[in-house]
Amino acid sequence: MREQILSIIEKSSRIEVKELAVILGVEEIDIANELKAMEEEGIICGYHTMIDWEKTSIEKVTALIEVRITPQRGQGFDRIAERIYKYSEVNSVYLISGGYDLLVTLEGKSLKDVSSFVSDRLSTLDGVLSTATHFILKKYKDHGTILTKKYEDTREKVTP
Amino acid sequence: MRNPLSDIITEIKPSGIRKFFDIVSEMEDAISLGVGEPDFDTPWHIRDEGIYSLEKGRTFYTSNAGLKELKVEIANYLYRTQKISYDAGKEVIVTVGGSEAIDIALRAMVNPGEEVLIPQPSYVSYEPCAILAGGVPVIIELKEENEFRLTAQELRDAITDKTKILILPFPNNPTGAIMEKEDLEAIAEVIREKDIFVLSDEIYAELTYKGKHVSIASLPGMQERTVLINGFSKAYAMTGWRLGYACAPERIMEQMLKIHQFAIMCAPTTSQYAAVEALRNGDEDVVMMREAYNQRRRFLMHSFQEIGLKCFEPYGAFYVFPCIKEFGMTSDEFANRLLQEEKVAVVPGTAFGDCGEGFLRISYAYSLENLKIALDKINAFITRLRNQK
Repeated sequence: MREQILSIIEKSSRIEVKELAVILGVEEIDIANELKAMEEEGIICGYHTMIDWEKTSIEKVTALIEVRITPQRGQGFDRIAERIYKYSEVNSVYLISGGYDLLVTLEGKSLKDVSSFVSDRLSTLDGVLSTATHFILKKYKDHGTILTKKYEDTREKVTP
Repeated sequence: MRNPLSDIITEIKPSGIRKFFDIVSEMEDAISLGVGEPDFDTPWHIRDEGIYSLEKGRTFYTSNAGLKELKVEIANYLYRTQKISYDAGKEVIVTVGGSEAIDIALRAMVNPGEEVLIPQPSYVSYEPCAILAGGVPVIIELKEENEFRLTAQELRDAITDKTKILILPFPNNPTGAIMEKEDLEAIAEVIREKDIFVLSDEIYAELTYKGKHVSIASLPGMQERTVLINGFSKAYAMTGWRLGYACAPERIMEQMLKIHQFAIMCAPTTSQYAAVEALRNGDEDVVMMREAYNQRRRFLMHSFQEIGLKCFEPYGAFYVFPCIKEFGMTSDEFANRLLQEEKVAVVPGTAFGDCGEGFLRISYAYSLENLKIALDKINAFITRLRNQK
């Protein structure tokens, strides 16, 4: 049941417990218990809203930053990752296999905002060898949702 | 001028659904629950394979019976899901939708005057196809108290010396009824005893929400008397690709192939390449879509219960078939008024046979959001009707 609950709320976190119970054919109390348990176990870490900021008048810039670092004895990459993720501007930090070590996504008000964060804060951290910053120009699809097109029902209205 | 027309076709009534379609099409902002096809797009990897086949220039006819690799995948699929072994070379044909398979199977098997048993409510084309094949359709009226399943007794009562073949349309459009293994065993016994044949239309097989679909062809002694029909439209959301198939004993298949060869040549090549991909790598898509339909089905059943609309619980396809007899209107009147007053389109049960009177077909091939809006309107409508009484 967990997998089913998660796959539904991953897409629509606002769904009510009552409705979840109806569409999964189980009791409300069971859903409520599972949700609570998964929150406590840290499986469910939050209920976010997907926003296409592009469509608002609020200026926002998102960047993906590749960071190469020197792992530290006894702590590997974790200590530097922690120093980075503590900044509130930082959206996500992933440890990556391949040509670099950390992938950091960052949100700022402007290009200048982001670049000064990178040059002043990130690249000056002990252990950071280099950074490469990529600015996002357009989001086509995010979290499995296509942002550039709306679903349109093009079927004939009545068919046998 | 002489009458240019054939008597046989002019006597066949046009589809009842057509009339309703014309009314709904006029109304621009109507919410429709009248569609008989999935709301999902064909999964991208399947579409991509179709595009790729075009890019590679696979634009020629395939062999009449279909691409060999597709027939092999079909045979594999039926073995995997039903443990039925078909010879991909001699017992499988790829058709233009399940519809063509119905037509050619009946034409290959029915002699003038022989009776074709058609349980109703059911899909609109069985009766006309039986007539066009020269057969005499004999309707078996399914009962709500049996959850619209066909019982052995009903079958027995309908069989005469002239009976040739039974059409078995489960999971059913429009009722959503299924036949479970025990139901089929009872039917199969009668079929073997009376020495008749079965055309089993299993186009909704993958959309079964109670256990797994069982094909009558998998029962002892039944493969040799069954034409199994299935296709890609419902399971893989591929209606527009027009691709189905039939599996039958070689003796029947040889004759079906002749009709197909002369009338159709072969099913669309692009669609066949896409279908190979569907059968090889599409299982997860089917599971995802089935789960989504099932959630909507539960939502509808729950809503009906809340508003007190009588409806047996269907376990197949993507339709529910609520009963509206309490309102003292015909299905046609009810559907028309619902459309005029609340702008919600549903299909009157009578479009699927006279015994659909008193019922509506509501499709849940729509998003939950859409269904919620429509159900609120239906609720408002029937509340008004009840208050007027």
